Amino acid sequence: MPVAVPRSLDDAVRLLADEPDAMLLAGGTDAMVEINDGHRRPGESVIALNRVAELRSWSHDPATGTLTIGAGVTYKELMNDPIARWSPALAEASRTVGSPQIRAAGTLGGNVGTCSPAGDALPVLAALDAQVRLVSSAGGRTLPVSDVMVGVKRTSIEPGELIADITIPAASGPQGYAKVGVRNAMVIAVASACVAVDSEAKSVAIALGSVSPTVVRCPDAESLLAASVDWQTGSVDIEIVAAAIARVRSRAQPITDHRSTAEYRSHAVGVLVQRLLRRSFRIESAGVRA
Amino acid sequence: MSQQYMLHVNGVDHEVTDGWLGESLLDTLRDRLGLMGTKGACTQGECGSCSVLVDGELVCSCLVMAATATEQEITTIEGVAPAGAPSDVQQAFVDAGAVQCGFCTPGLIMAVHDLLERSPEPDGTEIREQLAGNVCRCTGYGRIVDAVQQVSVRRAGSGSSS
Repeated sequence: MPVAVPRSLDDAVRLLADEPDAMLLAGGTDAMVEINDGHRRPGESVIALNRVAELRSWSHDPATGTLTIGAGVTYKELMNDPIARWSPALAEASRTVGSPQIRAAGTLGGNVGTCSPAGDALPVLAALDAQVRLVSSAGGRTLPVSDVMVGVKRTSIEPGELIADITIPAASGPQGYAKVGVRNAMVIAVASACVAVDSEAKSVAIALGSVSPTVVRCPDAESLLAASVDWQTGSVDIEIVAAAIARVRSRAQPITDHRSTAEYRSHAVGVLVQRLLRRSFRIESAGVRA
Repeated sequence: MSQQYMLHVNGVDHEVTDGWLGESLLDTLRDRLGLMGTKGACTQGECGSCSVLVDGELVCSCLVMAATATEQEITTIEGVAPAGAPSDVQQAFVDAGAVQCGFCTPGLIMAVHDLLERSPEPDGTEIREQLAGNVCRCTGYGRIVDAVQQVSVRRAGSGSSS
């Protein structure tokens, strides 16, 4: 079995149990770049996951208000209705990925599996406390995405396990994703952020990408905003926003590399969160200062 | 490790007998099947010159592992029109002067066919977003956008969607 193209999740799990070291290939948009460059060898065998029916499907559960998305759902599907309606931030993030060619192949599960600090879907999944369901021949386990991402391109997924699906809450308030890079299309994020407001629970979630080894949440900024927003009117004082942005910047631990500098990334990620907050809330200045 | 499998390209079955495990569809099309119309440049999914359709989806063939594309309909630039006659998109590229060195052209033609299939009358922004993954270093894109609009107008006029 050098290359297997299973059509069902059962078959995929069985194949992986037989060859736990097989390379799992989702959309190929990360893995093939490394193979083409000679940085990675596919080893003895490959299990292609892009035609596994269960992985290509998704469902919305009105009872729980959640969206469960198969690992093989592509960015192209995520950025369009009906999924986009339930998850605007995931749709915005998906639209910023690569080009139409990349979005037609790249998948949500692949983004989690690669676990790049710059993965565009990852700040959204982190902000929404996404639950990742892993399956193996031994059964399965579900864990928060923050426990899956353990380092730069490192996950807690064990050999023999594959990502089945990812569950997020359907939007219950304003949410969005923003990133900065060198052009509008085809760019890997220099800094990125997701803000997701839950108007019912009166909470604010903020997650940052490309500014630390894995995506990070900003609990100090989140709690400040949750306690300070006027939830009746959806407004927040400009001084509070400034204090929250300072807390956001203190969470960033960026590096300087060929794409950008640490200083620029820290600055930019604050700007991005500020923009997203402005889209989510009416920002008011208490005094008369301009 | 070499292996044997079948690819269905432009309506014809092709047996691949000597590909290596991680070989891209781009390399297989060009080096094993002799279909040289699909171009390779960056092999990272950045330039779009290797664009093909797999089961109707526009993808970079450099990012498709060839041996996983069995039992799928693959359409390359050689398959967009009968031999000897250009497709309407190809003709519009010639008429609009949208071809200079020509290396990016096959990938752009595939992307434009894909765009007009889904959106027959795209505006300028939609055209640019759809072609954002196809890099052209000669034209500056103006005449390429003109060509897309020409096809759109001609198809609307003729009432045909081919």
